[in-house]
Amino acid sequence: MERRKFLGFGIVAAAAALVPGTLSAEDYRKTKPDVWTSHTVDDAIAKLYGSSKTIEQGVTLTAPDVAANGGAVPVDFSSEIAAKSVAVFQDANPEAAVCAFTLNENSIIDFSIKIKMKQSGTLTVVVEGRDGKLYSAKKTLSVALGGCEG
Amino acid sequence: MEIKAKLKDGIVVVKAMAKHPMLTYDTAKKQGVEANFITHITGTVNNKVVLDMSTSQFLSKNPIFKFSFKGAAAGDTLVLTWVDLKGETVTSDTVIK
Repeated sequence: MERRKFLGFGIVAAAAALVPGTLSAEDYRKTKPDVWTSHTVDDAIAKLYGSSKTIEQGVTLTAPDVAANGGAVPVDFSSEIAAKSVAVFQDANPEAAVCAFTLNENSIIDFSIKIKMKQSGTLTVVVEGRDGKLYSAKKTLSVALGGCEG
Repeated sequence: MEIKAKLKDGIVVVKAMAKHPMLTYDTAKKQGVEANFITHITGTVNNKVVLDMSTSQFLSKNPIFKFSFKGAAAGDTLVLTWVDLKGETVTSDTVIK
């Protein structure tokens, strides 16, 4: 191998070593900027996945029926579906998207997060299966004290 | 960032809290400051991605999150990194117990 080419390989390998992880990660805020400005849940799902048609099964979503503090509403979700990604939406705030996870072979869908909700509304968790279908779960809850001020 | 990672039956369960005001556009406008919130959180173990999360302004203030993954051993180091809207990055790590 020519020396110049060999050195080139070395630089590529060093660069790959310096930015571990970012290689297989997808930053949806950069790749799908429209998702984060969508005002309705259906619109946000469509912007993220190309369709807002979901099958309501296979996903477990847990949240309190009444959230005392809208500034930190606990949301738990899990699923056994072999999936490429998971995303969380709600219809209580000005924009619908809360967060999106990309998954790999080491991932387990068993997340807990705390979110802000300005008022009572419905949570939607969408799981993008490896089979290309979208699975979802919904939960409607009341928020006693709105939390967008937090 | 505060992180706890525990291995049980081959599954690592991680609880973490990122210290961040998570100022929404609405709140920031009222306070006359610029909105700023975490936009992305990445977790790696041995250079393999175990968490990849794009986030919006609607995570709570000082967001707490829990996630699980396979394929790591006790003693491995979990590295979590977040970046916010202004481009500030904070990296923390912990040893999986």
